[in-house]
Amino acid sequence: MIYFILISVLLLLMIAASVYSIIQKDLLYAVLATGIISLILSILYYLLQAPDVALTEAAIGVALTTIIFVITIRNTVRMEDESDKKEKFKSAVK
Amino acid sequence: MIYVIYYAFIMMALGMIFSAIRFVKGPTAADRTIAMDTLTTIGVAALVLLGYMFHRFIYVDVALVYAVLGFIGVIVIARYLEGAL
Amino acid sequence: MSILEIIGGILLVIGSSFLFLGGLGIFRMPDIYNRLQAGTKATTLGGMSLVLGVGFLETDWIWKSLIIIIFIAYSNPISSHALARASYHRGHYPYIKSKEKEKMDAYREVVPHTKKEEKEDKA
Repeated sequence: MIYFILISVLLLLMIAASVYSIIQKDLLYAVLATGIISLILSILYYLLQAPDVALTEAAIGVALTTIIFVITIRNTVRMEDESDKKEKFKSAVK
Repeated sequence: MIYVIYYAFIMMALGMIFSAIRFVKGPTAADRTIAMDTLTTIGVAALVLLGYMFHRFIYVDVALVYAVLGFIGVIVIARYLEGAL
Repeated sequence: MSILEIIGGILLVIGSSFLFLGGLGIFRMPDIYNRLQAGTKATTLGGMSLVLGVGFLETDWIWKSLIIIIFIAYSNPISSHALARASYHRGHYPYIKSKEKEKMDAYREVVPHTKKEEKEDKA
C-alpha cells in the first residue's frame, strides 16, 4: 500500500514538472525542470527493481542533458520568441 | 525501527515539497538552481534509505552516481549565469 | 536491539530532520544568499548523518557510505560557492530591512555595481 502511494505521488510530481517544462517561456528554467524529471524517473526505475536502468538514467539525465542544453542556450537565445509565431509557422510549412 | 524509517520518509517528502514550491515561485534563476540542488541532495539520501529498506547492496550505486555527478549541472548553470561559460 | 541499531536510528532521525529544515529554509528565507546558506549547509549535514546512519544499521555498507559522505562533502560546497559567485557578479541585492537605510547606502558604496533586485530575472 505504501509503495502504491509513493509511486502515485512520484508520477503526479513528474507530470507536474513536465507540464511546467512545456509551458515555461524561459528555456533555462525548462532545462532545470528536465533535471527534476530525470531525478524522479530515476527513483521510479529504482522502485521498479531496475537499478541498472536507474544508473544510466542518472548519469545521462543529470549531467549530460543539462550541459548540452545549457551550451545550446548559450549559443542561441534564452527566451522563447512569441511575437511572430504564426508567420514563422506559415513560412516553415511553405 | 520501522517507525523511524517512516518518520525519515515523511520528513524528506516535506523537504522535497517545500523545495518544489520554491522552484515554482523563485524570482531569480539562482533560486531555482539551488532548489534543484537541494532536491538532488534529498534524493540521494532517499535512494540510500530505500536501498536499506530493500536490503540490496547494489542499489546504493545509484545514489553514489548521483552524489558524484549531481553538482556538474549546477556548476555549468552557474558559469552560464556569470557569463563565463 | 543492539547498540549499533540505536546509534543508527538516532542518526537517521537527526539526518531527516536536518533535510526537512533545509527544505523549510529554502522556502522561508528572504533572499538568494540566505537561501544558499540554508539549502546547502543544512542538507550537507542531514545527508551525511543519514547515510552514516544507514552505514551503522547495515555494517557491511560502511565503506560505500563513507565514499558517498566524501562525495557529498566536496560537491555541495563547490556548487554553493559557484552559485554565490554567479549571483554576486550578476549584482543581486542582499535583503536589508527598510529601516536600516544607511546600511544599504554603505553597501552600495562598497559594492558599486549592485543594483536593486528585479522582480523577474531576465537575461
